[in-house]
Amino acid sequence: MLEQIEGSQAVARTVAMCRPEVICAYPISPQTHIVEGLSRLVKAGELRPCEFVNVESEYAAMSVAIGASATGARSYTATASQGLLYMAEALYNASGLGLPIVMTVANRALGAPINIWNDHSDSMSQRDSGWIQLYVESNQEAVDVHLQAFRIAETLSLPVMVCMDGFILTHAVERVELPEPEQVDAFLPPYEPRQLLDPAEPMTIGAMVGPEAYTEVRYLAHYKQMQALDVIPEVAAAFEQRFGRSSGGLLRSYRSDDAETIVVALGSVLGTIEDVIDELRDQGVSIGALGIRTFRPWPSEEVRSALEHAKRVIVVEKALSIGIGGIVSQNVHGALEGTAVTIHTAIAGLGGRPITKSSLRRLFADGIAGELTGTTFVDLDHSLVDGESERMMQTRRSGPHAENMLRDVGIVGAGPV
Amino acid sequence: MFETRIHGRGGQGVVTSAELLSVAAFREDRHAQAFPSFGSERTGAPVISFCRIDDRTIRTREPISLPDAVIIVDPTLLHHVDVFSGLRADGYVLINSTRSFAELQLGELCDGFRPERLCTIPATELAREHLGRPLPNAAMLGAFAQLTGVVTVESVAAAIRQRFSGEVAEANVRAAQAAAGLVPPSSGKAAQEEAINA
Repeated sequence: MLEQIEGSQAVARTVAMCRPEVICAYPISPQTHIVEGLSRLVKAGELRPCEFVNVESEYAAMSVAIGASATGARSYTATASQGLLYMAEALYNASGLGLPIVMTVANRALGAPINIWNDHSDSMSQRDSGWIQLYVESNQEAVDVHLQAFRIAETLSLPVMVCMDGFILTHAVERVELPEPEQVDAFLPPYEPRQLLDPAEPMTIGAMVGPEAYTEVRYLAHYKQMQALDVIPEVAAAFEQRFGRSSGGLLRSYRSDDAETIVVALGSVLGTIEDVIDELRDQGVSIGALGIRTFRPWPSEEVRSALEHAKRVIVVEKALSIGIGGIVSQNVHGALEGTAVTIHTAIAGLGGRPITKSSLRRLFADGIAGELTGTTFVDLDHSLVDGESERMMQTRRSGPHAENMLRDVGIVGAGPV
Repeated sequence: MFETRIHGRGGQGVVTSAELLSVAAFREDRHAQAFPSFGSERTGAPVISFCRIDDRTIRTREPISLPDAVIIVDPTLLHHVDVFSGLRADGYVLINSTRSFAELQLGELCDGFRPERLCTIPATELAREHLGRPLPNAAMLGAFAQLTGVVTVESVAAAIRQRFSGEVAEANVRAAQAAAGLVPPSSGKAAQEEAINA
């Protein structure tokens, strides 16, 4: 049914149609509307059998999901930002144990400095956790990919993170085609666990493994995740066949088949990028985009064949790996090893700074003109940085950066007056 | 694409207004995208919400910086926040106030813009009358529909009834209709139609 609906509510209703048997969550912005929506559906009896567990922390949320999944229950949770970090230890356990939990990450920046707004720092920090990571561009894709996520997770017995931009998508009200419950039931068969904790047939899950087999268990974890490179496109094709629209998969190319310049990005910024590409194409510029829909496992061969014909690639990323720079661009470098493609990194949209069309136009023009070097920080306020650097040079006890720079930009109440 | 920016304060329903406007457009089979600016989520703090309306899929996610229309729910913001920032020369302005633009000392603003597209509406007073509470959003949306013609007053009423129920919905619909009736016939859409017919 076509509805004008908030992204979080659309996701909540879709997850409910996937019939999770255990939902456990701890509220954190900007994810909260999703689990609030689900808790209402459980309370109203519209989603049964399902137990909604109010936990005391994100660590507990993931631990409950692990326990529930190990007993054969389809399990779901959602989180963001510090919440994802707080459950980090349990994330590795979920993937290491091979439990097909589905989790929404409503992408948000990490502190310090504390910041509630959108970027990809949170999920990018867990890219090595063994979870499959899918990124969505719109709320329609968020709905579609959540359906696919349960099927991918349960096919492979691996957990899946669906990453959707916090606020930008979770709080946007837009047109979404919601599936019918019968369609979902036909697309997503009941969960058939590969391993099951059952009091009638006691067994343990989670043994300690020493040097004699640890490498082999980890090798198999890697091998299993790489199988997702086959399973994800299969599930996307099955989805398209049943629902009549294309969503999910590994990558999405946009006007890039013959493009000299290709912009690589993840998530909702792709929409803005596509608008700019249309404008530039109208002006005769040879430019296109490549959307990374599956970031883990990394579809290296597919990325290479999508990009190798380009002269240059501009990776626009909403996260920063301190000490090296771009995260996605490191992966792109690996995929394009041995080719003549020039790769530029642009860090943009950190902590909720809007990524505007005018900034993107300028960035792409600079890239095409050969004026980008190293890592570009889009819309960086150099005077703000220089002012704080100056203070640090002048006095040892220059104080905290965040408060100093907030005072410089005129935010009232930042530290001592 | 028609882009609207709504200014108000936390607790005044600014976010809900943008959503209702998007639902009204959706009911007319158009594409619409409503989203808030995510700042201080505190009662009383300045809040902005946005609504884009188009005939095709809306892909961009940047905030609206060059609006076709601004709605100012709280006139105390007028001299604190640059509410007219980026407003297009042929843009619409709707302010919740019992006073005129001149009385609000916005006379200079009138020089740069088309006067028939500038309108003040006593939405809080209408809300008190119809709802018994100072919640001006329905009245503002009713007047906005009448002023701009971007959606119909009927679609605004339908969006209100979809969101609220019973007497709350009906009281808000009455406030919206009353506000639409207060938009001068020489304003906005009506003025354009007259010009076309003349």
